[in-house]
Amino acid sequence: MTMTRRQLLILLPAAAVAWDSILASTPEASPNYNMAEHWWAMLIDITKCIGCGSCVRACQLENHVPDGYYRTWVERYHIQDWEMEYPKVDSPEGGKNGFPAAKEAGGKNFFVPKLCNHCADSPCTQVCPVGATFISPDGVVLIDQKYCLGCRYCVQACPYGCRFINPQTKTANKCTLCYHRITKGLTTACCEVCPTGARQLANLKNPNDPIHEFLRTHSVQVLKPQMATHSKCFYYGLDGSVR
Amino acid sequence: MAAISARHSTRSTPFVWNIGMKIFQDAGHLFRVAAVFLVGLIAFLTLRSFLVPRSFGRYGHYRANAITEIAALPVRYAGHQVCEGCHADVLDVKSKGVHKGVACESCHGALAAHADDPGSVTPVKLDTAVLCVRCHQESLAKPKNFPQVNAVEHSGGAACNTCHQPHSPAMNVGVTQ
Repeated sequence: MTMTRRQLLILLPAAAVAWDSILASTPEASPNYNMAEHWWAMLIDITKCIGCGSCVRACQLENHVPDGYYRTWVERYHIQDWEMEYPKVDSPEGGKNGFPAAKEAGGKNFFVPKLCNHCADSPCTQVCPVGATFISPDGVVLIDQKYCLGCRYCVQACPYGCRFINPQTKTANKCTLCYHRITKGLTTACCEVCPTGARQLANLKNPNDPIHEFLRTHSVQVLKPQMATHSKCFYYGLDGSVR
Repeated sequence: MAAISARHSTRSTPFVWNIGMKIFQDAGHLFRVAAVFLVGLIAFLTLRSFLVPRSFGRYGHYRANAITEIAALPVRYAGHQVCEGCHADVLDVKSKGVHKGVACESCHGALAAHADDPGSVTPVKLDTAVLCVRCHQESLAKPKNFPQVNAVEHSGGAACNTCHQPHSPAMNVGVTQ
């Protein structure tokens, strides 16, 4: 292909304008959503979880999570007696298809749904070398799929094991708290399908959110509080054996 | 003494200026290096302004437009409010039974496509023998107050909706939903 100087001179400003639009591109945002009015969290009531795996299936479908990888999953704990340092934990396929009957009778058995804790001081965002993962102004830890290099620092840094490398995109992936849903006024896919209300999305900046009354009147714990991550996944009925 | 004064007298410029000229007699090299650095700096800043997305750094050390890109992803679960807009008859039945807290798509699956275009996307008929046991198959780990059965002993494999109506599952409620 040959090009005259005149053609090149005409083309250059057009290319500059096109590149400028790529740099400044803003996709259609949610028009009625104000980030400053939200500080997202989740409340998980372990005493209500029945281990049906609906949340895992819904999450996988809603967010195109590849098979064998989980943005949320359910663990089943078994503690025979006093050895709470050594619970027996299983999570076949992340609990996606429910759980087989327990082999050992007796003791304590319960389900624990897990997901990204959307920490207010998240270790994963601190280690990202390229600014691909960040805490949004409304308190959701997100990943910029265009910036992520797939270096896996964040996968190692997360104390909760919530991150993985998507085998299709080769970039880090994890729960977005269904950001594409909550900014449209919907709840997350997992909360939507939870049949017992064991998972509840909460907006801590909304004084009328029922989570405030719940937190004031119940004993609530976060996972690994000693990590000082300021997790925003609040667990009610959490056993000390859960890590 | 005489020699020094004689030397001074021969110079047209002051003494101090001469010392300066001796130190900076190769100043041209420094200016050239500075010029190279300046050109490099301008090239760097120009390139950087072209390559760094405009929204980077608006809220922090990340691309702010990534937030809107994630928010723009399509939804697959429509949400029960959307279902209730058309299926008010089912809502009437469901809201009177123990399944009132169970969202439509919890059993029926993701149906945003159906909500967007009800004519061309039809939800599949569910098999209650598979569906109900997902929640109600008995398990030691389930909360004790949650209704659970051993499906084989309970119905011998018969579909649950032989006796129970899924939207309001108490026996003999006399509805066909």
